Amino acid sequence: MPLQSRHLLGLDGMPRQDLQLILDTAVSFREVLERPIKKVPPLQGKTIANMFFENSTRTRLSFELAERRLSADVLGFQSTGSSVSKGETLKDTARNIEAMKVDMVVMRHFASGAPHYLSTVIEGHVINAGDGSHEHPTQALLDMYTIREKLGRLEDLHVCIVGDIAHSRVARSNIYGLRTMGARVSVCGPATMIPREIERMGVEVHHHLDDVLPHVDVLNVLRIQLERDAGRLFPSIREYHAMYGITRARLEKAGRAVTIMHPGPINRDVELSSDVADGEHSVILQQVLNGVAVRMAVLYLLSSK
Amino acid sequence: MQVLLKGATLIDPVSGHDGAMDLHIADGVIQQLGPNLSVSRAQVFDLRGKVVAPGFIDMHVHLREPGFEHKETIRTGVEAAAAGGFTAVCCMPNTNPAIDDESVIRFIQSKAGIALNGLVDVYPVGAVTVGRKGEQLAPLAELAAAGAVAFSDDGEPVQSAEMVRRALEYSGMFGRPLIQHAQDLPLTKGGVMHEGFTATELGLPGMPGIAEEVMVARDVRIVEFTGGRYHVAHISTAGTLELVRAAKARHLHVSCEVSPHHFTLTDEAVRTYDTNTKMNPPLRTRDDVEALKEGLRDGSIEVIATDHAPHSFDEKQVEFSSAPFGIVGLETAFGLAVTELVRKNVLSLYQLIQKFSTNPRAILGLPAIRVSEGEKANLTMFDPAAEWVVDPSEFKTMSKNTPFGGYKLTGRALGVINNGQILWTE
Repeated sequence: MPLQSRHLLGLDGMPRQDLQLILDTAVSFREVLERPIKKVPPLQGKTIANMFFENSTRTRLSFELAERRLSADVLGFQSTGSSVSKGETLKDTARNIEAMKVDMVVMRHFASGAPHYLSTVIEGHVINAGDGSHEHPTQALLDMYTIREKLGRLEDLHVCIVGDIAHSRVARSNIYGLRTMGARVSVCGPATMIPREIERMGVEVHHHLDDVLPHVDVLNVLRIQLERDAGRLFPSIREYHAMYGITRARLEKAGRAVTIMHPGPINRDVELSSDVADGEHSVILQQVLNGVAVRMAVLYLLSSK
Repeated sequence: MQVLLKGATLIDPVSGHDGAMDLHIADGVIQQLGPNLSVSRAQVFDLRGKVVAPGFIDMHVHLREPGFEHKETIRTGVEAAAAGGFTAVCCMPNTNPAIDDESVIRFIQSKAGIALNGLVDVYPVGAVTVGRKGEQLAPLAELAAAGAVAFSDDGEPVQSAEMVRRALEYSGMFGRPLIQHAQDLPLTKGGVMHEGFTATELGLPGMPGIAEEVMVARDVRIVEFTGGRYHVAHISTAGTLELVRAAKARHLHVSCEVSPHHFTLTDEAVRTYDTNTKMNPPLRTRDDVEALKEGLRDGSIEVIATDHAPHSFDEKQVEFSSAPFGIVGLETAFGLAVTELVRKNVLSLYQLIQKFSTNPRAILGLPAIRVSEGEKANLTMFDPAAEWVVDPSEFKTMSKNTPFGGYKLTGRALGVINNGQILWTE
C-alpha cells in the first residue's frame, strides 16, 4: 500500500493510514541502524538533492545520513538569504539542480509554502525539511515515532507543546499529525506567541504551565529564539524561564512522570533545565536517532511512488 | 462618426432614466435620444437586451509608467481599461519618479492622449508628500492646477498624524480628496496575508484588520478637526466600514471604495500559496466579505475601484513571502461585480452604475456625465447576461497576475464611447 501523495509537503490532510505506514516502515529501518553494517540498497542509483535555504545542522545531517544509509547519491547545497537578493529565483535554482537528473529534492526554506511552490515547478519528488513557520513534517513524524516507542501508543495521550507556537513549524506539524492519530494536543505559551484562532486546529490553549502540567503525558518543548524575541514577544529571558522553563522542581510539583521532548538545539536553563534535559524521562537523544529511521522510511516510500 | 445604438436599455442615474432608448451619436456628441430612432448613413448597432450607461471610471489604478514599464504602460493600461468598460481611470502616483510635480502629470497626459486616440480619460492622482516619503508636502497647488484630481501616497500610507492633518488642511483648499491607503505599518510589519485562522494554519505572518481600522479611526478624527475631503482606498474589513458609517453619520466628507477581490474572495484563497492571492490590504474573512456587500447595498460604500496592480510574470513566480502585493483588475471588475453583486441581489444594475460612474465622479469633483441631446457622448455599453470564462492570456493589460483565471462570470462590457472615439471589444 503506497503513500497517497508523491511529495511530503506537510502533515496537514495526510490520512491516518499514511502516517501509520511511515511510522511502521520506520520500525524496520530503526532496526537497520542497530546492525554493524548500517547500509541497505533500496535507493541505489537514485540521486537526492538537499537544498537548504536556511541554517540547519541536525536536520541536514539527519537527512544526509538517511539518504546515504539507503545507498542514494547525495548532493548538498546550503545558502542563506533570500533567493531574490541572490539574484537567482528559487525556481531557477531548483530547475538547474533538477537538470542534473535529480530524483528527489529535500528542501529547507525560510518562506512558508516554498516547497508547495517548488512542487509545482519541478518534476521530482519534494520533501519538506521545514518551511518558514508552516510545517516540518519529518520532525513531527519522528516525534510521534518516539512517543509511540516510549509510551506504546498515540491515541488518547495528552501532548502539550510549550513555547513560541506562532513561529513554530514543529508545532503545526505535530498538531496535524497527533490530532489525526487520535492524541489530545494542547499548546502553552505567552499570549504573544499563540497565533490567532489556533483553537480551530483542535487544540487547547494554555498560558500557565502549572495548570496544564498535572494532566499531560508528553511535553514537547520548543526552542526560544532569544536574540529575536526577547523584549518584543516576552519581557526577558528571566521572566520566560520563570513562567515556561521546564525544571525538575516544577515537574515534581506536578507529580507526574512526563516524557520530555525537544526538537533541538536546546537553550539550557531557558526553556529546559539541564537536570530535565538529561533526566530519565527525557527522550531527546532517541528523537535524534529515530529521526534518521523516520527519514529513511519517508525517502523509501516516496521513491517507490 | 455616425452611430445609432438601437434597442438598448439606457440607465442614467444622473437623469434617473432607466428604460428603452435609442441613441444617435455623431462626431462624439449625442444628437438624438428617443424610441425607435432611424438615421440614414449611421452605422447601426443592435443592442437589444444590452445596456447603455454613462462611462465607467476606475478611480484606483496603477499604470506603472513612468518607471515600471515592464509591468504596464499607459498605452496597455488604457487598452485594458477600455476592454473592461472604463472610459476613465485615475492613476496612482507610485511611479518612478512619483507624481509629485507638474512635469510627471504632463508626461502622463501626453501619453494618455495618444493611447487609443484619447478614448480613455486618464486622471492622475498626485502624491501627498514629496517622493511619497511622508516627510514634506508635495506641491499640491501645482499638482491640482496641472490636473491632479486627488492626492494620495497610496501604498505608502501617511503614517504621521501631523502630516495627515496638514495634508487635509492644505488639500481642502482645492476641494480635492485625500485618498488614504489606511495601514498602520508597525502592526503589519513582515505580514503577507490577513491575520486569522488561515494564516495560523499556513504559518504566514499576518496583517491584522486593526492595522487598517486604527488608521481610519485616527484619520476620521483629524477630518473632523480640519475639514477637507477624505476617501478611504480599498476598504477590507467590517470594522473599517463601521468607522466610515459613523463618520458619515456625523456629516463628515468621508467616502470609501471597495475592490472586487475584497467582495469576492476570502483569505481561504491563499491556501494554495498562489502569489496571485497576495494583495494589500489582504483578502479577509467571510464575515468581512458579507459586511462589505452590506455596505455596498446600504450605500456606505459608494465606489467600486479595482486597485489594478500589474506585476510581471516573473515577479510573481516566487515564494509567497517574496512576491509583490497586488493583482490586475480592470478587465474582470465588471464581470465580478455583476456576478457577485447583481446576480446575488446585493445591488441593482442601476446602483452598480452609480458605483462605477456617478459616485466616483462626484467624489473627485469631475463633471457629471449627462446622457442627453447635445452632450458629449461618454458611454459604456455592456451585456448584463453575457457568460464568459476569464482567460488571462486574452487580457489587454501587459501583466496577467489575477487569481480569477478560469472563473465563469456573468456580465461583460461590450464597448465604450468617449472623446469622439468608439471601441467595441471583440
